[in-house]
Amino acid sequence: MAETSKSLQAKEKRGPLSVAEQIDQGPTFTPDVDIFETDGNILVVADMPGVTPENIDIDLRENTLTLSGKVSSPEGPDEVDILREYETGTYFRQFTLSEMIDQPHIDAKMTDGVLRLTLPKVKPVEPRKVKVKAE
Amino acid sequence: MIIKNSLDNLSRWRWDDTFEELERMRQEIERLYQYPAMKLFRGRSSGVFPAINITEENDIYYLRAELPGIKADDLGLSIANNTVTIEGERKSDPEDENTKYHRRERDAGRFSRKITLPAQIDESKADAKCSNGILTIVLPKAESAKPKKIAITAV
Repeated sequence: MAETSKSLQAKEKRGPLSVAEQIDQGPTFTPDVDIFETDGNILVVADMPGVTPENIDIDLRENTLTLSGKVSSPEGPDEVDILREYETGTYFRQFTLSEMIDQPHIDAKMTDGVLRLTLPKVKPVEPRKVKVKAE
Repeated sequence: MIIKNSLDNLSRWRWDDTFEELERMRQEIERLYQYPAMKLFRGRSSGVFPAINITEENDIYYLRAELPGIKADDLGLSIANNTVTIEGERKSDPEDENTKYHRRERDAGRFSRKITLPAQIDESKADAKCSNGILTIVLPKAESAKPKKIAITAV
């Protein structure tokens, strides 16, 4: 395992993907996400450091899944900057879900600043034969 | 003929216009920087993971780093003199052959970073905690680094 792991590179936080995404005062960031599919589920994993489970807002309407999380500045009022390499603000990202998702059963978990959404796939409807009774 | 024409153009060149144009461009760029999104580019990233913010409050330095998905157990922290070393590994999700990736933006891998603070630190009083993917290290300054009041005696 140790040999295969590469060294991590720092990357700048990404700003909003479009200007229309600006929803709040202050900087908005696009969280990094992994989207992968297993047999029964689609998983969305998003890095949102600093977002507490209470501050995350997951909204699902008309097949649009909206993730937003606000990070309030952790610095105290009397702290003076010495080095600043990152800013804090609001994380925002939207996805369009297909009808294949069992929307009422979406599950969300937040641990160590990582949001993990489980989107269960709808089981294919089994064809049903309707028997016609002869009377 | 061509040369003559261009020379004529040159003599007709109005320097006032040029500077006006440059001034207009400068203002335009400044205006762009007013956008919150543009402000992000002002941050000076060192290119080393993780990105770090350091603040100072009286006799304490606060060092913060965003480390989403990294458990406290996977982090190594050491302090020697006034240098803090953060190292660890961010693990990727375990996957099997049934996993199909649609998007992979989250990186995994090892990292190590050394940061030297502007003053000596009292290592014994340093404290670190990890919550919601943010590492916060509290580093009190050493006694020798604290400002001292010197009494002035009137002679």
